[in-house]
Amino acid sequence: MTVWTKPVAAALLLTLAACAQPAPPVTQTAVVDPYASAGGGALYQGDLAGGTLGAEATAQYFNDTVGNTVLFAANQTALTAEARSILARQAQWLNTHTNFSAVVQGHAEETGTREYNLALGARRAGAVQEYLIAQGVGADRVRTLSFGKERPREVCSDEACYAQNRRAVTVVNIVGAGS
Amino acid sequence: MFRKLTLTLSLVFAAALPALPVLAQDGPLRIEITDGVTEPMAIAIPAFHGDAEVAGRIRDVVAADLTGTGLFREIPRDAPVAQPASFGEAIAHDDWRAAGAQALVSAEVTQSGDAISVKFRLFDVYAGQAQGDGMQFDARAADWRRAAHKIADQVYARLTGEQPYFDSRVAFVQETGPKDARIKRIGVMDYDGQNILWMTDSSSLVLAPQFSRDGRRLVYTSFDSGFPQIRVMEVATVTSRPLTQDASSMAFSPRFSPDGRWIAYSREQGGNTDIWLMDAASGAQRPLVQSPAIDTAPSFSPDGQRIVFESDRSGNPQLYVVGVSGGEPTRISFGDGRYGSPAWSPKGDLIAFTKQMGERFHIATMRIDGSAERNLTESFLDESPTWAPNGRVVMFTRVAPGGNGQPRLHSVDITGRNMRPLSLDFAASDPSWGPLMP
Repeated sequence: MTVWTKPVAAALLLTLAACAQPAPPVTQTAVVDPYASAGGGALYQGDLAGGTLGAEATAQYFNDTVGNTVLFAANQTALTAEARSILARQAQWLNTHTNFSAVVQGHAEETGTREYNLALGARRAGAVQEYLIAQGVGADRVRTLSFGKERPREVCSDEACYAQNRRAVTVVNIVGAGS
Repeated sequence: MFRKLTLTLSLVFAAALPALPVLAQDGPLRIEITDGVTEPMAIAIPAFHGDAEVAGRIRDVVAADLTGTGLFREIPRDAPVAQPASFGEAIAHDDWRAAGAQALVSAEVTQSGDAISVKFRLFDVYAGQAQGDGMQFDARAADWRRAAHKIADQVYARLTGEQPYFDSRVAFVQETGPKDARIKRIGVMDYDGQNILWMTDSSSLVLAPQFSRDGRRLVYTSFDSGFPQIRVMEVATVTSRPLTQDASSMAFSPRFSPDGRWIAYSREQGGNTDIWLMDAASGAQRPLVQSPAIDTAPSFSPDGQRIVFESDRSGNPQLYVVGVSGGEPTRISFGDGRYGSPAWSPKGDLIAFTKQMGERFHIATMRIDGSAERNLTESFLDESPTWAPNGRVVMFTRVAPGGNGQPRLHSVDITGRNMRPLSLDFAASDPSWGPLMP
């Protein structure tokens, strides 16, 4: 009796199962680990939580879990520590999901002139873009846009709303899907 | 702050009006738009002769134009004065004088098919004589309002010595929808809110149209590409085309030079906004003001040689002037608060601007060297002043606070008097006052 290695036996069984014809010649093949050159064999890592991989690769996940919005102080364009922490997560996500590109929308509160607020929103969007690029996101993947005071998130006319409106929102889209 | 106006009358019969200053024993009836006494001139505008229906409408527009300035008041329509039987008949000056009138407008309207013809005369009731020549305006019947504005312009110009402004149009942005998803479209209307023509639909966000000096074109900011870019519109044909299409650079806040050859605008690159000049015909562009600060909201001087703009290079927004050939800008505003959206008067003497002081906004003016700063208005949010073609009246946007707050157009004269909302039944912003029409 010929001693077969297990994989070869399996291959033969599969072959037999596929076609109940006279057995073809058997070719002996060495088992090669295709990942050996990448630092080790493929190891079983345990089950993934159900569906997480797919859900992370959505704009919805980016918006809700990573966080798509950073806030600014009045008339300021400097990134706060909290903003930098959110942007670090955004950069990590973008660096993982390279099939997405981003448009950073800069916004301003309603006090201030229309023209100045457009420029202020542009500066805020630019600050976010610069930070994301510094974190390794390709410059060609991040565009900027300013809405000035045209698209407030909150509509009241006091600081509680203004604080939410002084913002930059990172909008992600699958490349080629348009924006 | 002075919010007054001088009524200076040069009248022969000084004793009849002891409260008013008399500067000369002869010369034309004259009202001067300066600080001082605030008594409007009493003017009689009896029923116009001729075709009663259209004559009545034209008379009412003439009266609305004149009294709307705050410089004139109509004497009561039922003043007990015998109305002249025809346009050519002599004016009963003594009777009108007794009824309190200082000036009188007499006119006759004839309609023939689609054409109307309006003849008018202005009388100095105290001098007992006509002031200036009679004039006749011929127009399409549909343009009856323009004929009325022409008459009012003649009366205004003869009695104030200023250039007139009633026969002019204003470009603006209509606003509808909720505050966080506002829908905007550009319209053009008569200065008094009538005869609205729509220039864009509501499919993309549009901002701040600006008329060319000849009134034939508008430049404005459009988000139709998804990103702010500037476009030019031919008003007569309502056709537009993009002037900038650089996907890596936002463009906004455009304005024409007085000769229409150049467009100054804000160009953003890498988050920083500078001021550039574009050749309106060729599209060739060059930077005019470049700094790491925000430089925006350019407006040309009437001779086209200088530009006033807004910059926060000092730490907060202030106004600067620079020559169109470049060089170091000169700062002209030095007060507390934040200065923005400057507009150089077509008369050349003043710059109107938006000023934010604490939580209040003002429309204000200063001389072109920055002196004689004066607030004309105060509210939660006033902005975007634009000049009447004669440089004596400013129109602007006043925004009401809150989630349901709407913008409305208002006008005010340069003495801070006669603040009034435009009669529009919708919300509107970003007015641009066009030229006096030929």
